[in-house]
Amino acid sequence: MAEQAEQRDPRSEQRVPQWAMAIDLDRCTGCEACVVACASENNVPTAGEEEAARGRAKHWIRVDRYYEGEFPDIRVKFRPVLCQQCDSAPCEPVCPVYATYQNAEGLNVQVYNRCIGTRYCAANCPYTVRFFNWFTPEWAEPLGLQLNPDVSVRPGGVAEKCTFCAQRIKRAKLDAAEEERELADGDVQPACVSSCPAEAMVFGDMGDGDSKVSKAIASGRSGQLLADLGTRPRVFYLEKAD
Amino acid sequence: MSAHSSAQTPARSFSQVRNELLDRMEGFSPAYVAAVAACAAVVAWALFAWGYQIAFGIGHAGIRRPVYWGFYIVNFVFWIGISHAGTLISAILRLTGAGWRKPVTRAAEAITVFCLMIGALFPLIHIGRTAYFYWMLPYPNDRLLWPNFRSPLVWDLTAIMTYLTGSVIYLYLPLVPDLAEIADRSTGRKRRIYRALSLGWTGSDRQWQALERAMKLMAAMILAIAVSVHSVVAYDFAMSVAPTWHSTIFAPYFVVGAIFSGIAALVLVMAALRKAMRLQDYLRESHFANLSKLLLLMSLVWLYFTFSEHLTTWYGNFPREINVLNVREHGFYGLLFWTMVVCNFVIPLVLIGISRLRCIPTIVVSSVAVLVGMWLERFLIVVPTLSTPPLPSAWGTYMPSWIELSITAGTFAAMALLYLLFVKAFPIIAIWEYDEGIPAR
Repeated sequence: MAEQAEQRDPRSEQRVPQWAMAIDLDRCTGCEACVVACASENNVPTAGEEEAARGRAKHWIRVDRYYEGEFPDIRVKFRPVLCQQCDSAPCEPVCPVYATYQNAEGLNVQVYNRCIGTRYCAANCPYTVRFFNWFTPEWAEPLGLQLNPDVSVRPGGVAEKCTFCAQRIKRAKLDAAEEERELADGDVQPACVSSCPAEAMVFGDMGDGDSKVSKAIASGRSGQLLADLGTRPRVFYLEKAD
Repeated sequence: MSAHSSAQTPARSFSQVRNELLDRMEGFSPAYVAAVAACAAVVAWALFAWGYQIAFGIGHAGIRRPVYWGFYIVNFVFWIGISHAGTLISAILRLTGAGWRKPVTRAAEAITVFCLMIGALFPLIHIGRTAYFYWMLPYPNDRLLWPNFRSPLVWDLTAIMTYLTGSVIYLYLPLVPDLAEIADRSTGRKRRIYRALSLGWTGSDRQWQALERAMKLMAAMILAIAVSVHSVVAYDFAMSVAPTWHSTIFAPYFVVGAIFSGIAALVLVMAALRKAMRLQDYLRESHFANLSKLLLLMSLVWLYFTFSEHLTTWYGNFPREINVLNVREHGFYGLLFWTMVVCNFVIPLVLIGISRLRCIPTIVVSSVAVLVGMWLERFLIVVPTLSTPPLPSAWGTYMPSWIELSITAGTFAAMALLYLLFVKAFPIIAIWEYDEGIPAR
């Protein structure tokens, strides 16, 4: 498991949070509430039936299904897959214009304005969680009236992906600063986490040993997706060994 | 067979050669005009398709998740590969002092320049925001932004620009004496243009010596640059973590494939020039025979690399790589795979390897087969890997749309068009190379 070197903000001397997520696969029911919540929170445009069939649908988080056994004795396992926010991300070094990089808080940020759309990041992502705006996005009325003002709408021709709800992180920080307190565990809840009815997802600061996410990661049930690739993801999957 | 045909050719004096080659540049036959018009029409259609894609969204092309790279990258690798025909072969022949190079070099060097111009367009066609392509260049800007020098795409840009610059110089240097010759024999505006292009060439001893030195130097440098260019193109793939792309032999494998397809393109161009410009006495059967032996050699080297690559992947048995191999070698892609093997290996082996069958028509057929096979090879490297990412939930397929097909057709027409225009503007065979009286030599 990736141990994070403690990072401090050079100006405020405060410890920089290291965002991570733990997803309990034994609790996930595959309801896809996270998928819907993510799309509406992050202004992810719908592709339409025809384009979706051509592989143009965008889901910053998706629920992968794995089937075990033969019908009728079958067991389905669900695995929500979102950007793994890798510490050693294959998508980052290949971008010719630095449109994607890892920030101090461990997020793989995507700079939409800088992206020129080579799709090298998407080709090199082993999780296939990077998406591309094949067209200038459009929303059928009245969906266009409910866009989230905190999230930029991406133009055609640029790559995008899960941000760990960077706008919610920013909002939580501003709220804490206004109330003159430090960020507390649980202050930041990405849309997928807050919408999960089974409470299968936990988000927080893995640099803080007492946070819920740190405890989940240390639970002994935790693992990373395609860990052998050495990408050191920030998303941890909890699963009973069987 | 070469001995017979050269024996039948009457020896010509230099002035005869000069007059004959310069005559070939004159006049526009109806067939020539028709060919130019047809090529221009196809190019115009391709430009329309590209414009349509820019105006209405790159989604009108067939690329999709997970096959984020499709025809455009295949064509990019293909054209950059073919560009190795020219300069590389010409440089090898020049450095080794191969006497039979004389009528071949300029035709080859022109292929390089045109193919690079076409190949270098594909990244622009491929990217989502074509208008901002220059953000990949390290130009001074008030936000102090640099390109990411860790990205193989930036290496690509550097390598291709270096190669293009070098190839243009390498094409231009041996043109200079011929340009001066044309200027001397023409009048008016044409004379002024060619005079300016010949850079004050008078044919003095010192100039000949300088030219000879410059060409030697460029030939040596261009060899290294050419090898580096296709290595870097291979690194676009090999630096990734995608199954079967992350391979240590990709750089030499791509260089071999590039030279292989380059020779095939050179043979095709030479056959076309020979017929259309009546150059039978210059581009003799022996030239085709020599090039065909080179082609057969590269076919064997290519087979060796392909075999090594597939054997290690298959025997290694890593599930993610086996998935890609299964996609590449079964179903529709399997058909393409075996077509590739037949085109790149079986056809050249039979038609060139059996000396009784080796003649210009069969060499041309082999070359066409090799070009088809090498295009398929690039397709089978790019698409099956991307369509089979590590997580099976993301597996997908790819079909090109009319836009990709139009642009692909357009690039072949563009190549033909550039060549058609070139042969009327410049002598396609270096005339001065036939002059035995040049003092510096």
